[in-house]
Amino acid sequence: MKTNVREVRGVSILDLKGKITIGSGDVQLRETINKLVDSGKKNILINMQEVTTIDSSGIGELVGCYTSVTNKGGKLKLLHLPPKISDVLTVTQLITVFDVYESESEAISSFA
Amino acid sequence: MRLSLSSRFENIEMAQHLCGKLLEGRDVSEETKHWILMALREGLANAIKHGNGQNLSKRVHVEMRVVEETLEIRIRDEGPGFDPRNVGDPLAPENRLKTSGRGIFYMKTFMDDVRFERAAAGGMEIVLTKKLNASSEREGGER
Repeated sequence: MKTNVREVRGVSILDLKGKITIGSGDVQLRETINKLVDSGKKNILINMQEVTTIDSSGIGELVGCYTSVTNKGGKLKLLHLPPKISDVLTVTQLITVFDVYESESEAISSFA
Repeated sequence: MRLSLSSRFENIEMAQHLCGKLLEGRDVSEETKHWILMALREGLANAIKHGNGQNLSKRVHVEMRVVEETLEIRIRDEGPGFDPRNVGDPLAPENRLKTSGRGIFYMKTFMDDVRFERAAAGGMEIVLTKKLNASSEREGGER
């Protein structure tokens, strides 16, 4: 998995590309989020548009990141969920846990 | 098709690729194929991580075959086994935000049937089955 972090109007946007699966990307996601949180970032938006595959381990990491950010007083939201990843979140009822946006500007505004 | 894999996560994609080859030319939608490969991924990850504890001296044995347009995948590890009834329901409110415990649920969601058996040769065997030519309407309803 490749990650790129950019800052837009006080929001850290994490552009992910590739797979978030066991042994490949799952731990990397957690480490990237932890670094952001440790450096004081509170508003985190994960852009999933170019995520090709996610498995239960990747989902677990997403949930862990959500909990970690929330427990430290921050917010973690998702952007551009591909349909099959949305399905995977839906069947485990996690889609109701995450705030999901289709528009980056709307997502950024929601943190205000 | 029979495979004997070392307990490395890197082998999951190879097994998925070979399963995809097995399904080539058959009456199976891309949608069905996608969820089958996801279930295979979960089964293999379960065997490598929880079954064999990523112990490289233990192997994962996979058998895949199509009989009367139904795919059967058998995944056997060489671990101590477990009682699937002890795995918590990931939809229960107290489990909803746990970081693990969804793999078996996903397998059951994506396939028609999932059985757990203690293998005679030792280890735990997961048997996944899926009818290949179910209509797309039925697929959507099942997920």
